[in-house]
Amino acid sequence: MSDLVLDIVAGVSLVLGAVFSLAAAVALLRFPDALSRLHAGTKPQVLGLALIIAGIVAATRDLTYLLMLIPVLGFQLVTQPVASHMVGRAMYRTKNHRPDLLVVDELADDVARASRDEQ
Amino acid sequence: MSETLFPFVVVAAVIMGVAALLALIRIVRGPTILDRMIASDVMFTILLLALGVVMAVEPAYRTLVIMLALSVTAFLSTIAVARYVSKQDRTPEPPVESADREEDGS
Repeated sequence: MSDLVLDIVAGVSLVLGAVFSLAAAVALLRFPDALSRLHAGTKPQVLGLALIIAGIVAATRDLTYLLMLIPVLGFQLVTQPVASHMVGRAMYRTKNHRPDLLVVDELADDVARASRDEQ
Repeated sequence: MSETLFPFVVVAAVIMGVAALLALIRIVRGPTILDRMIASDVMFTILLLALGVVMAVEPAYRTLVIMLALSVTAFLSTIAVARYVSKQDRTPEPPVESADREEDGS
């Protein structure tokens, strides 16, 4: 009985994690500019991975795998924001985003002030 | 793997296959290199999740090692490309700045 419950929990977790990756991929195709794609693309990297890890533990019924799976999640948590930040920064600097889609651009004032101070 | 888990794994594998295909379309079509990097980042995440599903079906420590190595090193390529894009596209900016300076000076 508990075997059945654990299997169903594992299966639902695995499918949910897969659905998160599908959501990110659909957003990659549907969203209008690179900044919004960047926002959508980071969804499966933490929550999807956490769900898959829960699925692995429930399916194998072996907590020792967590000793290596938690570092995997931890490194994703640490490294992916760095990569996303660098991509967003490069995007703003090369003006690849669409300014008409932004609600507020707080960086524009600072950039203008910095270029005035340089002179 | 138990009988109950099998259909879930098949569904998850199919969904991930479709997701990887959509990310591949964005890699091919992406107007800028940054779009391609974001899409390849998503592709890498799908690979990591797929390895996780493999791990659930067939527990093995070698799969775990691959997952760990991937999660540690994958962001380096994105950062390298982002730096390269920043440096490459900064060169056309100076003429604009000097034009602004002339305006202010006059």
